[in-house]
Amino acid sequence: MRNPQINRHGKLQHLLTTEGLPREIITTILDAAAPFAEVAEREVKKLPLMRGKSIFNLFFENSTRTRTTFEIAAKRLSADVINLNINTSSAAKGETLLDTVDNLSAMQADMFVVRHASSGAPYLIAEHLAATGRDHIHVVNAGDGRHAHPTQGLLDMYTIRHYKRDFTSLTVAIVGDVLHSRVARSQIHAMTTLGVAEIRVIAPQTLLPTNVERMGVRVFHNIDEGLRGVDVVMMLRLQNERMQGALLPSPQEYFKSYGLTPERLALAKPDAIVMHPGPMNRGVEIDSAVADGTHAVILPQVTFGIAVRMAVMSMLAGGA
Amino acid sequence: MSKAHTLANLPDAETLLATLVKAMRPHVGPATALVGIHTGGVWLAERLHTALGLAMPLGSIDVSFHRDDYSSKGLHPGAKASVIPFDVAGAQIVLVDDVLYTGRTIRAAMNELYDYGRPDRIDLAVLVDRGGRELPIGARYCAYTLAEPLPDTQELVLARGGGQAQSLLSLMLKERPDA
Repeated sequence: MRNPQINRHGKLQHLLTTEGLPREIITTILDAAAPFAEVAEREVKKLPLMRGKSIFNLFFENSTRTRTTFEIAAKRLSADVINLNINTSSAAKGETLLDTVDNLSAMQADMFVVRHASSGAPYLIAEHLAATGRDHIHVVNAGDGRHAHPTQGLLDMYTIRHYKRDFTSLTVAIVGDVLHSRVARSQIHAMTTLGVAEIRVIAPQTLLPTNVERMGVRVFHNIDEGLRGVDVVMMLRLQNERMQGALLPSPQEYFKSYGLTPERLALAKPDAIVMHPGPMNRGVEIDSAVADGTHAVILPQVTFGIAVRMAVMSMLAGGA
Repeated sequence: MSKAHTLANLPDAETLLATLVKAMRPHVGPATALVGIHTGGVWLAERLHTALGLAMPLGSIDVSFHRDDYSSKGLHPGAKASVIPFDVAGAQIVLVDDVLYTGRTIRAAMNELYDYGRPDRIDLAVLVDRGGRELPIGARYCAYTLAEPLPDTQELVLARGGGQAQSLLSLMLKERPDA
């Protein structure tokens, strides 16, 4: 099957997932993001690239941070940004979604940034646009269900490359609720494509998808063993609102077994970096001493995220 | 075209550089800030900066974000970050580029500079004016103007190295790949 995010000229048409995204495209995005990062230092933090374009932020699921960084990125590219926070009823979601898309398309939308609780919703929109001959409209997945959060995955790759330069010599550990995490999936696919030497996932069995080893990762249930000698620690948020049933005894219990403390971080390489996609639960998955410590690059991740989203949006919106 | 330009009759870039230095010297001072345009203009600006013994740190600019062909050609691959290591507000700037052609790059570079502040003055220094202007832009300092404009199918570019010295500049004539 054709990769729906790549057009027939081999260029990026939509950004839906990091899975199957060719290495050259990932590298091009990371390369393109670097000069956008510099724009943040200027007196006028605005570029004319997307002047006259309309970007609709379609957030069917609440998010402040992701929506804000997409909004800042779009505004720095001079696009007109329209934010829609849509609270859907669970019934007839598919139909409503495409009706919404049709209506906004009629308002001359150039791009949809979509966050949805259902995995595959951005695909559905992309397929619908293709089926109705609206190839000039681009879709960026800003997180769908448990499936993918590609811009987060890419900004994490940008962050790793910024601090570590080369992917192929690295051992990276992802710690926490992999089961519910679209971020973890996007990270694993991107790192696999970029040739990261070893990817570890550290979590209790109840927070791992079945057959997670098939993604090419090494599984650790003991955090001390898993952190030994790693270059990068990627923490995941304990997704409380996604918890159904008793997967864990209590947040305190979780911190005791899997929380990242300074003592545990000391098992990693001395120059290891600690990442977190936010928002953090201090004292649940990460100790404040680590979150605010010298190894943490959590705030730079946020800054880099704007540059990476600017790169993605301007690559999609550019002609030819 | 009555007299076609060929590789053989292209002027020597090092000689032109010396001409440019001579033309600029009476007009530059401690407040003069050079900004080279990627890539050839940066090489040229580095040489001018040394030859003129300027005190202000050298800047470099990439015009990808202000190009007017973005909507038809997309984001320029390989864009670099602009580095402006001085306060643009009130600065006396000389933009440096290797070849002046349509003027669109210079327009984009001026827009880019204004994102950093409002300069007191912007001048333009180029090695060669190849003709073919599409915007009302001229160079204050120009070492060589081609007698006949180059046809659109040809590209005149600055090259560096290739000889005994890493910094040695030379001009090259190429067929445009997209022409």
